Amino acid sequence: MAKNVLSPPLGKGSRSSWRRSLPERAIAFTLFLSTVLSILITVGIVAVLLFEAIKFFGDVSFFEFITGTRWTPLFSSKQFGVLALVAGTTLTAVLAMVVALPLGLLSAIYLSEYAPDPVRRAVKPILEVLAGIPTVVYGYFALLFVTPIIRQISGDISVFNALSASIVMGIMILPMVSSLSEDAMRAVPRTLREGAYALGATKLEVSTLVVVPAALSGIVSAFILAVSRAIGETMIVTIAAGQNPNFTLNPFVPIETMTAYIVQVSQGDAPAGSIEFKTIFAVALLLFAITLVMNLMSQWVVSRFREEYE
Amino acid sequence: MAVIPQTEFQRRRARRKWMGRAFHGLCLLSVAIALGMLVVLLVYLFIQGVTGINWNFLTSFASRHPDQAGIKAAMLGSIYVVVIAGVVAFTLGVATALYLEEYAARSKFARIAKINIANLAGVPSIVYGILGLQIFVYSLHLGKSVLAGGFTLALLVLPIVIVAASEAVRAVPPSLREGAYALGATRWQVIWHMVIPQAFPGILTGVILAVSRAIGETAPLIAMGALTFVPFTPDSPLSRFTVLPIQIFNWTSRPQAGFQEAAAAGIIVLLVILLVMNAGAVILRNKFQKKWE
Repeated sequence: MAKNVLSPPLGKGSRSSWRRSLPERAIAFTLFLSTVLSILITVGIVAVLLFEAIKFFGDVSFFEFITGTRWTPLFSSKQFGVLALVAGTTLTAVLAMVVALPLGLLSAIYLSEYAPDPVRRAVKPILEVLAGIPTVVYGYFALLFVTPIIRQISGDISVFNALSASIVMGIMILPMVSSLSEDAMRAVPRTLREGAYALGATKLEVSTLVVVPAALSGIVSAFILAVSRAIGETMIVTIAAGQNPNFTLNPFVPIETMTAYIVQVSQGDAPAGSIEFKTIFAVALLLFAITLVMNLMSQWVVSRFREEYE
Repeated sequence: MAVIPQTEFQRRRARRKWMGRAFHGLCLLSVAIALGMLVVLLVYLFIQGVTGINWNFLTSFASRHPDQAGIKAAMLGSIYVVVIAGVVAFTLGVATALYLEEYAARSKFARIAKINIANLAGVPSIVYGILGLQIFVYSLHLGKSVLAGGFTLALLVLPIVIVAASEAVRAVPPSLREGAYALGATRWQVIWHMVIPQAFPGILTGVILAVSRAIGETAPLIAMGALTFVPFTPDSPLSRFTVLPIQIFNWTSRPQAGFQEAAAAGIIVLLVILLVMNAGAVILRNKFQKKWE
């Protein structure tokens, strides 16, 4: 027994290590399969969207789809100009950023440069609560709280409009802008700030002329991610912005975004295989492509323009 | 060299200081607006919905009459779907994170997988709904069922679990692994006995974050084909269902004030569930941290 422990016979030792390594390899392979599955999700999304969209473009000319401005697949005289939906998406995303960018950036500057540490630690998680509220809740708030207020200020505004949806969407993505921008600003080394203070700069000048430019890659990347999030947002615009694909940039009338259209068709009774049903794949493919390009751009900005201070 | 006269210098300095104070005020105002919106939102929802919450509301099915409408089916649907999504996302997420961090940390494959996961996190949620509709509902013949809904949401929140679990695994000090290897442990024994227990609080936080995201999702389940009016409780993994956010959406879209009040009451229930889950995450994390330190 004791002899065995000190010098195990070679053959037996290697057999037991082989027996031990078999389950090890099985486990490693299982974990590998799970990782492969995460890649297959992307492959699945692209395959599903492309497969059905190609069938759609067998019936509808791609040129008409991408240049037309009238979108009426659910009516008897069908037209497939997706620009009507793209206009709605663009309008709401741009207006949401008009709200989220200044408020988010100024909040980030406050938290990173001005706020005392206890204030920052208290305010940051509270701000992030805004990002955790389900979007259907924001939709309710936009339709039943913000819209009536806007309509009281100016009576010419429709019940469903891009403006109130965008304002509320801006509030929703504000924490994303502020949190990511603040992280970038806090990564700027103290020495840069101290150098500027030593030259007699005020806090405003240090913040806007030193810290923000030094953190610009992070801020721009946060901004692009936020736009991508606004483009993919669904429930707020579905509830508050309407279901009228208008080719317009007027924020006071009902519009329809790409995402809201997909919900509209999903809620209806379009049978699988019909042309109405196939449209959602073409629209979703376009939506997926736009957000993918923006996400890649955001990563590229960080890796390409990041300033390294060591 | 141009020298600025004394009086001019003082004038400019006073202006710069004044602008600095104004900017400070502006920054403070932005934070105040953001926090103020949160307060307005919560107070408004509370006032709108609190009168609608009672025992009947929690235990009745949806109804054509707003005062009899309840959230029983939606609550049960939400619980079933989210439990399935949580279990699936936890299993796949932890397995993937372990593979990426412990087995293939610096390989080319791991780099591609990580870029892929970062991009998956940015895919609009409604696209996952369409994926779920084609893969789970039609290709795998699960129908528009609880199971298909759970799987769809599992894919949606998988990147959240993977990212959180990866960070937790990476934070485990190498000395622990090396100590276990020195005692003759195999790779999996090191992972099972050292890495997973140490990383568990971080993994758990990630899973709870993922589940709170899943519980509030509306659009992907509508795209997948969940119902909006359900007067029965789902009794098998293959029965049809609705969830709380879809019920809220449905009531919000109706013109009658009674349904809008029911929607607000539903929202309060949803927010309370989210609050409890997040508080639970904090408590659990603290408890485990004490245990393993």
